[in-house]
Amino acid sequence: MASKFTLEFEKPIFELEKKIDEMRQLSVDSLDLTEEISVLEKKVEELRLSIYKNLTRWQRVQIARHPERPLTSDYIENIFTDFVELFGDRNVRDDPAIIGGMAQFNGESVMVIGHQKGRDTKGNIHRNFGMPHPEGYRKALRLVKLAEKFRKPVFTFIDTPGAFPGIEAEERGQAEAIARNLFSFSSLKVPIIVIIIGEGASGGAIGIAVGDRILMLENAWYSVISPESCSSILWRSWDYKETAAEALQLTAPDLKHQGIIDTIVPEPVGGAHRNPNEMFSILKDVLTVELNSLRKIAPEELVKQRREKFYSMGVYNEI
Amino acid sequence: MAWFQRSKENIIDKTPREMPDGLWTKCPGCSELNYKRQLEENVYLCFSCGYHFRIGSTEYVSILLDEGSFVETNSIVRSADPLGFTDSKSYSSRLESGYKTITTADALLTGIGTMDARPVSFGCMNFNFIGGSMGAVVGEKFVRAARTAIERKMPLIIVSATGGARMQEAAYSLMQMAKTSAALAELSEAGLPYISVLTDPTTGGVSASYGMLGDVNIAEPGALIGFAGPRVIEQTIRRKLPAGFQRSEFVLEHGFLDRIVPRTALKTTIVKLLAWFK
Repeated sequence: MASKFTLEFEKPIFELEKKIDEMRQLSVDSLDLTEEISVLEKKVEELRLSIYKNLTRWQRVQIARHPERPLTSDYIENIFTDFVELFGDRNVRDDPAIIGGMAQFNGESVMVIGHQKGRDTKGNIHRNFGMPHPEGYRKALRLVKLAEKFRKPVFTFIDTPGAFPGIEAEERGQAEAIARNLFSFSSLKVPIIVIIIGEGASGGAIGIAVGDRILMLENAWYSVISPESCSSILWRSWDYKETAAEALQLTAPDLKHQGIIDTIVPEPVGGAHRNPNEMFSILKDVLTVELNSLRKIAPEELVKQRREKFYSMGVYNEI
Repeated sequence: MAWFQRSKENIIDKTPREMPDGLWTKCPGCSELNYKRQLEENVYLCFSCGYHFRIGSTEYVSILLDEGSFVETNSIVRSADPLGFTDSKSYSSRLESGYKTITTADALLTGIGTMDARPVSFGCMNFNFIGGSMGAVVGEKFVRAARTAIERKMPLIIVSATGGARMQEAAYSLMQMAKTSAALAELSEAGLPYISVLTDPTTGGVSASYGMLGDVNIAEPGALIGFAGPRVIEQTIRRKLPAGFQRSEFVLEHGFLDRIVPRTALKTTIVKLLAWFK
């Protein structure tokens, strides 16, 4: 089936798929085209493989933003069971741009938290396009403290274009909320597994992304700034986003190379949205392995290793 | 309703009239001319309106620390260009000219010294060095300053002046937020105080990490302090921002600063705090 949304570089695939759909309709009515269809289907797969093997960084950014890409709620629903969402920061309000709650993972109690985008315009307005206010970060902090109190591991899903830059967000201390999370997550005495599933932009992302294992989906991106904003600031124009994406080296393979993430989680060919069920199953297997390896580490040692991990990030010279 | 309304703004020459080699400096606050040597004696406050001029890290050392007590540490740590980043200029050439013409301390000068004879681990950012941006060097030097504090059981005092994370180091610079905050968690566990001094401006990745994490957060008057820059916020919400938005007084009013302290009283205030912590 052809996807509703087609990225520019996927056009050739889309054209072929359309042709196959047409032929299918024809062959139902009159003549048998099974053989021709299967030849074309093979060709589509080959084409998809070749396109997806040679993606540019900007193309990956587009896949990470694909409107059909699975969202945090999809991963929670399909990898965990018995999810009970918990709302609010117990202070100001609930922030729908970050969701979280109790769940079971392979029969074990865990806490799951993540940025939540909407599926359509209405949903995105409700979720503020996955851009949290301080309350979102404070809700996340409340939930990880709850997890720590009852010794439950934490999973956080990262998918945000950034923390919201608005008047109320500033009034209620966006900077302080993110800073407090970095401080507290780095001391949390339970395992934290971070999964970057889509966009990981700036402080808005890292505000819930300090953990023992940092996993990243093959076509996600993670950096200090989005390619568009980087282009606007450094090149003083919105037109250099592709150049900026290259310069920022923001893909999963880049970050693995830089020692910032631990594991690249492979996606189905054509991206997570092409085959969400396969994506959930791949990720569930990876999470099972990672959680098992973390379980063996004593809480104090876990905190020590987590801090060491972040202390080692960054390249400098000593002259 | 008046009969006549001015449709155009007054003609004001807005080009900054800085005279680095001259004897006089124009105040960005009230346009008054200040005699340079006098300005220095007045800890760089405008004589007319009290505007706090932006100053570098060495100036803060002489204002805050006991004379001759400061010893720089970690001066051998220098920025690399791990991504080979180039925009309109290459990052390596920005670094080279920064180290040559501004300071070899990068955007964070660290060291130890005394304040009213009390030893402190001290750090001060420098906005003139690539916008005071935090890259791997700032992160590393911050962590080392915190470690010095822990090893020698000293308080940690950091003066911030920064636009945020250093874009040219991309994800590495983002990670410095986690790195510096983790070091503060360790300092906190050691039971040692951290005083964060926020000066104009302190925004982005620094305000969202060690800037806002002080046991006591102090700001100079009128400093721009926030997460997102005002221009970004205006573009996002498509509205003019209210006057005084994100200035120290606004941030204190909303509960994120302990005190606003003019530069003239900064040292005496910090000394009082240190005495309390002792």
